[in-house]
Amino acid sequence: MIIAIGQENRFEWIERNLGIEFDQWDMPVIDEKTFCSTREGVFFGGDAAFGPKNVITAVAHGHQAAISIDLYCQNEDIKDRPNPDIKLFSTKMGIHEWSYDSDVTTDIRYIVPQANKKDTLRNRKKEVELGFDLQTAFKEAQRCLNCDVQTEFTENKCIECDACMDICPTSCISFIKNEDSEDTLRMKLLVPAINKEQDILVSDILKTGRVMVKDEDMCLHCGLCAERCPTAAWDMKQFFYNTAKAGHICYV
Amino acid sequence: MSYIKPKFAHPRLPKNPLGYTRKDYEGSISTLCAGCGHDSISASIVDACFELNIEPHKVAKMSGIGCSSKTPAYFLSNSHGFNAVHGRMPSVTTGANLGNRSMVYLGVSGDGDTASIGMGQFTHVIRRNVNMTYIVMNNGCYGLTKGQDSATADYGSVSKSGHKNTFEGIDLCLLAIELGATFVAQSFSGDKSQLIPIIKAALSHSGFSFINVISPCVTFNNNQGSTKSYDYVREHNEALSTLDFVPIKEEITTTYDHKEIKLVEMHDGSLIRLNKISPEWDPEDKLSIISAIHKSKSREEILTGLLYIDNESIELNELINTTNTPLNKLVEKQLCPGSEILESINNDLR
Repeated sequence: MIIAIGQENRFEWIERNLGIEFDQWDMPVIDEKTFCSTREGVFFGGDAAFGPKNVITAVAHGHQAAISIDLYCQNEDIKDRPNPDIKLFSTKMGIHEWSYDSDVTTDIRYIVPQANKKDTLRNRKKEVELGFDLQTAFKEAQRCLNCDVQTEFTENKCIECDACMDICPTSCISFIKNEDSEDTLRMKLLVPAINKEQDILVSDILKTGRVMVKDEDMCLHCGLCAERCPTAAWDMKQFFYNTAKAGHICYV
Repeated sequence: MSYIKPKFAHPRLPKNPLGYTRKDYEGSISTLCAGCGHDSISASIVDACFELNIEPHKVAKMSGIGCSSKTPAYFLSNSHGFNAVHGRMPSVTTGANLGNRSMVYLGVSGDGDTASIGMGQFTHVIRRNVNMTYIVMNNGCYGLTKGQDSATADYGSVSKSGHKNTFEGIDLCLLAIELGATFVAQSFSGDKSQLIPIIKAALSHSGFSFINVISPCVTFNNNQGSTKSYDYVREHNEALSTLDFVPIKEEITTTYDHKEIKLVEMHDGSLIRLNKISPEWDPEDKLSIISAIHKSKSREEILTGLLYIDNESIELNELINTTNTPLNKLVEKQLCPGSEILESINNDLR
């Protein structure tokens, strides 16, 4: 295993007759799922695989490459991969039970402190970004939005009391008449849903002839809609995600 | 369960001319049962005040006791408020109104708070034409004490325990019209498109405005056989007209077919636009609405919409000629104008 750190990728040291193919940017050709190069048994991850990305991506690559290496060593097909462990079950939890603080809401992003430019420019070996101190790092992490809770809507249980629409802190739920085109419907919501990269959830027709529309772009996953729903038409589902890891015990 | 509401808001929330968003008119998180009709009424009050561009500190929200009377905690958290003794909201509001006539008075009450313990106060606040909006969140039961029939429960309505109500229910709208209320409307918490313009019109009316809002109690009075359940009200709801509220200064650009549309001009110059108006009724004719209500009852319908309006009425402060200055702004010189003036007053009495 070769671990490397640096500012850019350079692969001159890999002989070009080994069967490892390189593309026009002189980067190894890597399978996006298995992280295997064109030569069986040689794997790449992190910036060395697909160019500069962040550390979170690099760690995910490491997990996936480890699974491939494990399968490869066991003489199994590296394309036949274990699934991540996903659990989704009905629950009720108040927003104070989130795994992150729900209180530090309006804080703006903390800026990573930098060393004095005079020093860093004079000495190129000096680190520029100093990183957060423990307290700021903790606060910054708490700013994270919640993804513990998913909400699911069941039309025939809905009595159209509007409770979910009233409580939604981001006004992302609307009960309105359906429209022929999605674009018209998007503009008729409580607050128009202009980000078309994100879906809107449109329910079947309800008793009064309206539909429930939820703008997924704005949903915080706070679950207050489910909390205020008298008939459990909104079901709050707690979500667990454990990434697949190398080794037999974790196979699901 | 959650006792805080996230402070997050939609970044593109519309702003009113004052620069406030709807969020600035909200209150703390509701502690009523999930799905309570009262929460929809609170939300409608929030929308109405936002759309009317009212400064929150210019509103006084008054209430008595009951589920309904808890709701002022859940809207307009930047407004003034007074939680009065059970059924005594009208007299406290009358007092406040005489003390400072520059505020918008919004009274919130329930069927118990109004039609039982507060009945005496209710009748007199109407008689005096106090300049306020009086909203009754009417669910036909005592939700706070496990859902016993209230005085507005309709005859024959079945409670959750299966018991049929053997007494006649009080029709608060009929009573209010009879007593001389100058703005009477009935609506349903499940129909915000009707309720919001009604609240806006009521808040703009000079004099006593009464809105009876049927607001299902999901916990104790949303069963089959109940005449105040979501399903029953939706099925039997008969709107007299659909209405829009047109604030002052907003120009009307379209022309109307006057057979279908009636415009009612308010005291302050704003307009109520009634569309698809029912032929047997005129909102300014007391007799027509009284007979319309009686007819609808025999057809087992619930009439909703603006029922009656009298724009010529004179509200209490004008009637008894009180000062425009709030009492707490009056200085000693105004309050004690001197012995000469006292002498002239005494002479008038001799």
